[in-house]
Amino acid sequence: MSETTTIKTQKPASSNKMLFAMGGIGIISALLIVMTFELTKPRIEQLKAEALEKAIFEVLPGTVRTQAMAITPEQTLAAPKAGDASETLVYAGFDANEALVGYAVEAAGQGYADIIRILYGYDPASETIIGFRVLESKETPGLGDKIEKEQRFLDNFKALDVSLDEQGAIRNTVITVKQGEKVNAWEVDGISGATISSRAIGDIIGRSSKEIVPVLHGANEQEVTSQDDKQ
Amino acid sequence: MTKNPPKTETPKSTDEFIKGLWRDNPVFVQVLGMCPVLAVSNTAVNALAMGLATAFVLLMSNILVSMLRKFIPKQVRIASYILIIATFVTLTDYAIQAISVELHKSLGAFISLIVVNCLILSRAEAFASKNTIGRSMLDALGMGLGFTFALFCLGAVREVLGNGSIFGAMLFPEGFQSWIVMILPAGGFFTLALWLLVINALQTKKAN
Repeated sequence: MSETTTIKTQKPASSNKMLFAMGGIGIISALLIVMTFELTKPRIEQLKAEALEKAIFEVLPGTVRTQAMAITPEQTLAAPKAGDASETLVYAGFDANEALVGYAVEAAGQGYADIIRILYGYDPASETIIGFRVLESKETPGLGDKIEKEQRFLDNFKALDVSLDEQGAIRNTVITVKQGEKVNAWEVDGISGATISSRAIGDIIGRSSKEIVPVLHGANEQEVTSQDDKQ
Repeated sequence: MTKNPPKTETPKSTDEFIKGLWRDNPVFVQVLGMCPVLAVSNTAVNALAMGLATAFVLLMSNILVSMLRKFIPKQVRIASYILIIATFVTLTDYAIQAISVELHKSLGAFISLIVVNCLILSRAEAFASKNTIGRSMLDALGMGLGFTFALFCLGAVREVLGNGSIFGAMLFPEGFQSWIVMILPAGGFFTLALWLLVINALQTKKAN
């Protein structure tokens, strides 16, 4: 910048000059931001998709291919419409023989510190939850965050019963019980020291499975038509 | 504008660089920008990332403020500086997301909050708006690296005590009872207090 005129501090600058300065800086800023946004967008989206895929592989053991599906208002599964953010998405996972491993479902609910976002894997064949992972949480380090780390707690989600009754509703809602008091297959053995967080996980899965598992189970009985398009 | 390496500058310019590292360290001496210092220094990686992000924003905004110092009218200077700082913070935010989603998640809102880090605005107002581009760059580099260094000092101590690890690698054998309070906010205050004690003791000794 070769601005030669010097501004006398006593003399107030004209309004035009102020507008010009602010406007100019604003335009440069806007250009820079848009440029960076466009440059980093593909990479950010790729990283996010990779992170999600990794989580799906974890909650659906044996999965090699995933496919996003949307739950329609008619409570059936369909290929997601591109760009429609309002749809509830689930992810079907297929193993090396193209057989369905199960569905990965995202759910969220209030934890101790903030909203906890989780992903769980549902296997329609055995009607159980076969995997669980915390996607995002701000639970207290060393206490509430045991829900992500403690193996004993994570073992709850290897065969958690979410079977349906004759009416097609969940027979027993998933619930967290006190540590060491788990007797039934649909109960989650809690963590003492992370009572609220572990209870929140039970509630989140309970609420979400009540709503989504009947849809998934129904859709599975009508045979999933596997489409080639990867969303 | 090409960057002048500190050695070819006059001794006084070298001093612009050195002062931020030690004598006027933004955290240990000026005690500026305490919000990120206390909040995201819970691990060494977080601390380094936060420090470098702040240093980058400081460097870029100092360059631009210094470049435009004769063009920006006095009445709208603070608004202009904030606009410039906010731009570079947004750029940094995208860049960090593109580097690692995990890192972006653990730094959370504190990246956006660099905008209101008083360290950056104070350097723009007190230094860059009155000095040449070269000197402003040196000042920003010194202050930015000093800030990063201080954050790292806190982060390393907190991670070792609170998590038993450094850069994610476990230091202690199985069964080490980590000192959880150190990675909670309270631990930030304890560690900062300890470091201030050490730094002040050193400087008092030097002065005598």
